[in-house]
Formats: sequence, structure tokens, C-alpha cells
Amino acid sequence: MTRPSVPKPAGVAQPQVVTLRIDGRDVSARSDETILSVARQNRIDIPTLCYLDGLSGWGACRLCLVDIKGTPKLLPACVTLVREGMEVTTDSPRLQKYRRMVLELLFSERNHVCSVCVSNGKCELQAMAQRLGMTHVSLPYRYPRLEFDSSNDLFRMDHNRCILCTRCVRVCDEIEGAHTWDCRGRGIETRIISDLNEPWGESSTCTRCGKCVNVCPTGALSQKGTAVAEMTKRVTFLPYLTLMRNSDEP
Amino acid sequence: MSLVAVKPSPPSNDKRWKIVDATMRRHGHEPRALIETLHTVQETFGYLDDQALRYVALSLRTPLSKVYGVATFYHFFTLKPQGEHACVVCMGTACYIKGAPQLLEAIGQKYGIKPGQTTADNRLSLLTARCVGSCGLAPAVVFDGEVVGRLDKSDTLARIEKLICAKPAEVQHDT
Repeated sequence: MTRPSVPKPAGVAQPQVVTLRIDGRDVSARSDETILSVARQNRIDIPTLCYLDGLSGWGACRLCLVDIKGTPKLLPACVTLVREGMEVTTDSPRLQKYRRMVLELLFSERNHVCSVCVSNGKCELQAMAQRLGMTHVSLPYRYPRLEFDSSNDLFRMDHNRCILCTRCVRVCDEIEGAHTWDCRGRGIETRIISDLNEPWGESSTCTRCGKCVNVCPTGALSQKGTAVAEMTKRVTFLPYLTLMRNSDEP
Repeated sequence: MSLVAVKPSPPSNDKRWKIVDATMRRHGHEPRALIETLHTVQETFGYLDDQALRYVALSLRTPLSKVYGVATFYHFFTLKPQGEHACVVCMGTACYIKGAPQLLEAIGQKYGIKPGQTTADNRLSLLTARCVGSCGLAPAVVFDGEVVGRLDKSDTLARIEKLICAKPAEVQHDT
């Protein structure tokens, strides 16, 4: 899996200050910032699932799609850089419809059964569905038969709940530096794998730090010994670690 | 901190590893040589096994999971040994609409294999590809590297029969 990194504007050594409009509000930003970060700084919240502060942008979940005047396509705010004079709409009936459709696709793709999930009540996918008013799934569920990896002595991986946000892949690569996780295959066959598609417990690179478990938005990665609705994730370590690392840079 | 890079030794005494080593050396053992190296392994050995993936990952200082991810992402790479003959059914949009799934089903019924599998006698491998770029010929099938278009069920089965009954030709792994 190759990482689609946030593109850097060509030929610009020093970030410039640009002004743009987000939801009718005039805001200023640095030219190397994404629409998402500028919007959040200005207290305009754009829904996201795969984005996590402290990790690189990925653009996987498509929930942060925004409408930019003059661009026929909707663009993901987490990997789109701001430009001078941009006019961004972050909320409209059209965007709401697309976001609900994205959620319905996520729910129908695998077995997201909240009532028997360790993350019930603390799940970002569940919370997002409630927030965006997804009342039902209009698509037929796929009910795939998926594996459950319980070979690690501390944690477990339930592919039934995975939404392939790749937060675990990124935190393992960028923060822990182990790169135990990655994605196998493509399309509907994509799965999160550890090492050479080996059981997690037999991985030679995993440090058992548990960062992947804590950044997972759903119940796909959880701690052993937790029952229904008992898994609480703590992501507070991430902004701290990122801050400390960035402060080392000249 | 400086780490002394230890050059891993090939998994076996097989001379073919020298070809793989040459590819990696040409690219200075940089991680970006991954796809190029996997190409060489695929062409030299016919498939990528765990041993080969481990050796490439270690030599190019690339995470194991990333190597596995790349090897499974591209249809060109296969993780299992292939049969003597390969039949690649294009599953691109045009071929799909023109009946590629029916071709797959027909082949599967006759030879008892699913896409990605090889018959028990090792004569035929059935593979799929996501668009071979011959959409005008839909549905297209690649028989041992030869693209044939506008096929129906009986044509396809006849061609496969001809292919595997022919005298053992040189094995091609172009998929």
C-alpha cells in the first residue's frame, strides 16, 4: 500500500498566507494547510473517520468530502490544500446525502452488529451514524464470513468490524515505527494484515505497544478481557507524542 | 546512531537468486526498488513464496507487511506456483458487462477451479485481471500471453482444451 501523502505546493519554499471562504466565512490560513485543519481551527467541524490528529492524511473514508466552487468533483478536506480565493461549502443537503451513503456502504460491507460489539456506545462509526442521521441502511448487507485473530496475548483483531480507515497502519508506521500492519489485496478483498499475513501473535515486528488498538475507531481492534460495550479507547497519547517529536525539529 | 547494514544471504543456494540480487544492486538496495525486485522474482521463479518475500523485505529494508501488501495488490504477482498454462479472464467493466463472469463460471464448472487456483494435474491456472486494456474486444481472455477477444463459453472452453492438449510448450508467466 502506498501512502497518498498531502501534496506540497510546487515551487513554494516558504508557506504563504492565503485567504479563503469556508461556509461563507472569510478565513486566513497558511498555504500548506489542509481545508480540514483550517476549518477546525475556525470551529467549523467536518465529519471524519479515517483522519486522526497527529497522523498523516489518507482520504480513505470520504466523509470529509467538501464542495469547492468551480470544481465539479467533491474533494476530501483532509488531503486537499487550501488555495487563495477558494470557496468551500462543508455542509449542504447534497453533502449530507453523500455522507450518509458512505456510512451505509461502510455498514453494509462487513458485519457491524453494534449490540454485540465491544465498542458499543464508544464507537466512532456508531456515533457518526447517529450524528449524520443515518436511520437505516438501504443497501443489502453482504454478511461476509471474516476472520477473527485472537493470537496476540493482549489484543484481538476482528475483521468484521474493520472499516479499513488504516489508522492502525499509519500509527504503527509513523509513530511506533514498527510497520507491522498493512493492507492486503484491493477492493472488496482488502484486509488489514500483520507482517506476511501471519497471525498477529506470531508477528516478529509487533512491539505490543497497543497504539493501533487505541486509535481504532470501531471495535475491530480491542483489548482482551473486554466484553460488550466495555472497550474504551484512549487516543490522548497521540497529540502529545506528535507535539514532543515536532518540538525536536529545528 | 549508525547501523551497519548486514547483507542477508539468499534463502537457498539456487543460482536464480543472483538474478534477483542483480536487480536489487542495480537500484542500490533502495526501498523504492520493491516492485522492480518483485517483478524479477516473479519472472525468475514463477511465483512469490514467503521465503522470497522475506528475503526481498530484508534486503531492501522494507516492512514485511508492505511487501506482502504490494505483492497482493498487483494481479501480475502470484503467491502460489502456477500451472503449465495460464488463462486470465479480464474482469474489467466492459468485459464484465459482456459476460466475463459467465466465462469464469463455465471454466470453473469444467475444470473445477476458482479464479486464482490451479487444476490438480497442474495443467491450467485460472486467473482474473482488472482490465487488460482490450475493452474493444470484450469479453477478453489472455491464453498464455495471447489476448483473444469476443469470446463466448464454447469458444473459451475449446481454446483452453487446445492449449492444455498441445505439447508442453515453454511456460509463460505473463499475466
